[in-house]
Amino acid sequence: MPEKVLMKGNEALAEAAIMAGCRYFFGYPITPQTEVAMHMSKRMPKVGGVYLQAESEVAAINMVLGASAAGARAMTSSSSPGISLKSEGLSYIAGSDVPAVIANVQRAGPGLGGIQPSQADYFQATRAAGHGDFKMLVLAPSTVQEIIDLVADAFALGDEYRMPVMILSDGLLGQMMEPVVIDETKKINIPERPWAISGHENKRKHNVVNSLYIEPPDLEAILKARYEKYELIKKKEQRCEEYMTDDAEIVVVAYGASARISRSAVDAARKDGIKAGLIRLITLWPYPDDAIISRMATAKAFLCVEMSMGQMVDDVRLIVGGKRDVRFFGRTGGMIPTPAEVLREIKNIKGGF
Amino acid sequence: MSMNLLLAGFGGQGILFTGKVVAYAGMLDGKEISWLPSYGPEMRGGTANCSVCVSDSSIGSPLVTEPDVLIAMNLPSLEKFENAVVPNGLIIVDSSIVDEKVKRKDVRSIYLPATRLASDNGLKGMANMVMAGRLYKETKFCSESAFNEGIKKSIPARKQDLMEKNITAVKIGMENSD
Repeated sequence: MPEKVLMKGNEALAEAAIMAGCRYFFGYPITPQTEVAMHMSKRMPKVGGVYLQAESEVAAINMVLGASAAGARAMTSSSSPGISLKSEGLSYIAGSDVPAVIANVQRAGPGLGGIQPSQADYFQATRAAGHGDFKMLVLAPSTVQEIIDLVADAFALGDEYRMPVMILSDGLLGQMMEPVVIDETKKINIPERPWAISGHENKRKHNVVNSLYIEPPDLEAILKARYEKYELIKKKEQRCEEYMTDDAEIVVVAYGASARISRSAVDAARKDGIKAGLIRLITLWPYPDDAIISRMATAKAFLCVEMSMGQMVDDVRLIVGGKRDVRFFGRTGGMIPTPAEVLREIKNIKGGF
Repeated sequence: MSMNLLLAGFGGQGILFTGKVVAYAGMLDGKEISWLPSYGPEMRGGTANCSVCVSDSSIGSPLVTEPDVLIAMNLPSLEKFENAVVPNGLIIVDSSIVDEKVKRKDVRSIYLPATRLASDNGLKGMANMVMAGRLYKETKFCSESAFNEGIKKSIPARKQDLMEKNITAVKIGMENSD
């Protein structure tokens, strides 16, 4: 059993990528994400990989597209304003059916916003990471250990579905340290990429990686096929963790840092005799619809807790379709909700039954 | 068992390091722990602070807003966080830097001249570890061997020669009864 060590979320993210076989990292510094790049700059040369600080976020994401198209496991990371800059490249990656891992250690926005933790990039990650019809798998860790586990999954899922995968972290998870176990004996399975533009040596037909289709019928057919893949992902890849939901009348829905806070609030509510539970989202896209639907059996109300003005709550409202009360509680601008605040919201809802 | 600790002082006083020692010690004692630094402009010359949670059960918010224990190593920190401490909580003040007294009557206050004790004993810059020693004596949040091991783990490999000085500073903090 490998020993436990203390690691910052950002360091863990970088180390996990290296363990997953990532050998190309293209980044650009921004608080509160910079430790990812720092760790990569230290470690990549030691494992024969490439760490490159690009001239901008736009350059970094396009280097990821290039490296990945050539068959390499590649990633980039940034924080909110930097992710906005990467959106063009993200759309090209999706349009080219190329796998890539992108980490967003979220800070407050809009604009330069602030440097403290936030979850206000939910819409950007799940709805509009760039222009055009496309989706990105979005994974939301809530502990440092889970960052490690989900980074490995992100690379595997990216390869399996040939699409971009985002790790949606935040300043709190990135900066905090927790004990983690790094299992270096774990076998990395990097599948072949027969579609990669890696040199054909006249032994096969040349591959093309491209997102430009001038003929509308061609592009429509490609998009429809891609959306069939998305439907399959919706069926197969929904992930969440349920806590005390079996008999829950009030189901708190949260992800990442705010899920940790919500869990403490649920514990406190249970002590007061309130039947509260928590659905902690792990995949934000695909959204774990099925869990919400099955919890409607006992739930009188859902309470979405986010570090934003209310974004993920829209998904719950869509799923529930007006059949249950859906409430929202959030802090934003870099403010972090406290368990006491969430408990107060739970009690308010209970009082209205 | 659970302890929510807030350490606060000037940048450069070793606030984050002390927090790391506590976190490692708790971890080695088999407890759940989290460590969260303040980051941003406040670190440049202003106050640095660090939240550490040590608990038998899993930790929700790593941000300590209502500390059981406050370690205040400068006046702005004491002023900022004194009222956040839970009733019957503990405040340990470095009294060689902070002249003021704790105003609250519903908490236990300890005044330890850590900076002076460190420099009197040739341990300049180790007031943080003197404070850590006192924290350990008052809370016994983990076993003594885990605490010592926590110090060792927190010191980077290239600075292991400072281990002995750190232990000495901790002992001074434990033994002093000013």
